[in-house]
Amino acid sequence: MKITKVAKAGTLESNDILIMVSPKDRGIIELDIESIVMQQFGEVIEQVILHKVQEMGVEGVSIKAQDRGALDYTIAARVETALNRAI
Amino acid sequence: MKNLLGREIPDYIDGYGQVKPFQGSFSNCGVKTRSAVKLTSVLPKDQKVLPSLDDLFDRLKITDGMTISFHHHLRNGDYVLNMVMEKLAARGLKGLTVAASSIFPIHAPLVKHMETGVVTGLITNYLSGPVAEAVSRGRLTKPAIMQTHGGRARAIESGDLKIDVAFLAAPTADTYGNINGVYGESACGSLGYAVADAEYANVTVAITDHLVPYPANPIEISQIYIDYVVKINSIGDPQGIVSGTTKITKDPVALIIAKRAAQLIKASGLVREGMSFQTGAGGTSLAVAAELKKIMQDEGVIGSFASGGITGYLVEMLEEGLFRSLLDVQCFDLKAVESYRDNPSHQFMSASMYGNPHTKGAVVNNLDIMILGATEIDLDFNVNVTTGSSGVIMGGSGGHSDTAAGSKLAIVVTNLMKARLPIIRDKVLTVTTPGESIDAVVTERGIAVNPRRLDLLEQLSQTQLPLMTIEELKQLAEKITGIPKPIETSEEIVAVIEYRDGTVIDVVRKVKD
Repeated sequence: MKITKVAKAGTLESNDILIMVSPKDRGIIELDIESIVMQQFGEVIEQVILHKVQEMGVEGVSIKAQDRGALDYTIAARVETALNRAI
Repeated sequence: MKNLLGREIPDYIDGYGQVKPFQGSFSNCGVKTRSAVKLTSVLPKDQKVLPSLDDLFDRLKITDGMTISFHHHLRNGDYVLNMVMEKLAARGLKGLTVAASSIFPIHAPLVKHMETGVVTGLITNYLSGPVAEAVSRGRLTKPAIMQTHGGRARAIESGDLKIDVAFLAAPTADTYGNINGVYGESACGSLGYAVADAEYANVTVAITDHLVPYPANPIEISQIYIDYVVKINSIGDPQGIVSGTTKITKDPVALIIAKRAAQLIKASGLVREGMSFQTGAGGTSLAVAAELKKIMQDEGVIGSFASGGITGYLVEMLEEGLFRSLLDVQCFDLKAVESYRDNPSHQFMSASMYGNPHTKGAVVNNLDIMILGATEIDLDFNVNVTTGSSGVIMGGSGGHSDTAAGSKLAIVVTNLMKARLPIIRDKVLTVTTPGESIDAVVTERGIAVNPRRLDLLEQLSQTQLPLMTIEELKQLAEKITGIPKPIETSEEIVAVIEYRDGTVIDVVRKVKD
């Protein structure tokens, strides 16, 4: 899928994550994560986001994630929604 | 060496000294001595009031390396500590130790004094804000010493903590040094944490913005302990001293925890004539008070006392006749200040009376039920309220260990997860309160009873309460959150955690950035 515009999903409430996506050239996946549980779960958050990007067949995207302690399914859902809004 | 809880602590810590390891809650009790106090007699024609802080410091002869103390009744509105430190820094003093019963974000200027070597030591019961960050990153020369409210009073009275000059922020003082906390712009109520400082420091100074003719009324701290009185414009910001009202949480998770905790208390059989109770001012803790109130009303039970830091909610319970008395070391809101001033059943207690283990009996020994919080709790029920999820200091015992040790039923109420972090861990990062004094943990998904309390477990097994082992609670949380990667710390010790009896229960190591 091709990302054509800027879109976001989620909030900055506790236990949620705010995902902002914007277009990038084909083959480029940029990821910027900020999290209150970076030390404990930073790698897991990265895996969940990248897995979702791959699963949806995104060609190129820049993702900014501001995490407030969201669980994995929340992260995946927010990423999916943001990407769908950006087509 | 390892202490009783298996915490790895050196025998000797630079800047602290020889370590006496924690060996159990009541292992270091028995016959004790209080230290003698050096004082200068005040004669009939002597004047105590000095015109300014500069006159005071000219007279005091503070020298490098001395220990000066402060109380924290003005909390995050306190101007006095910063003002005194500014003056001492300007006079070129170095190597001072600040013994303040608590440190708040307003004390941020201390960081600068730590970096310039004006302050090299810090002894406190609770540490938050920029100073806590700086200590955690190793910016203080010596390790900070973290005590408990009762432990600080013990240390001062025993002579373990020798204070050269105590600076007492005084909402009201008279010209001969009698002090109270109930009148004046900066009224804060009870001055319980200032008592040991006043009684045992070599020199004691009252700093006030409300100087009244002799004698002040009421007298909370007596003239016999005070050397000098200085009037300044303002000792604090009322906004930061007391909150207007204390509200009970509406968070449904907190409310279900509170309800379960109250059911547990009822099942324990402790809701009975003459019962006593203490809780913190946090949302969930107060909600427990509200639930307990309903049970007390239903059963027609009148309690003997509620104690601790007092909130308006406990005042209401007193006024409604649910307790015969309040024992107050510190007032959290305006309603508590007014009640403490006007209601004779709302009584004073000093930090020593509250929680000092080396007295002829502290109030905590008479507590039936204690509601506590936790940042982390481990499989041995050890509780951390000192360091946060990133390993940075964000609190401290305060009265946590004192009340847990003294009370018949010490209950930790907490969410099972906070912002994805499971609260129950294999090992807590820092032990503040030993598991042997915690009886039960109540979360929104289940209750774990300390296996040391088989009697309680048996009582609860006849109820509908969702009992689990602490291991099961831990697994339940980790299934939802995943297992967090442990925090990495360096070897450098930035704080020494003293248990209430002065033994070392744990240390805090520097965080890695």
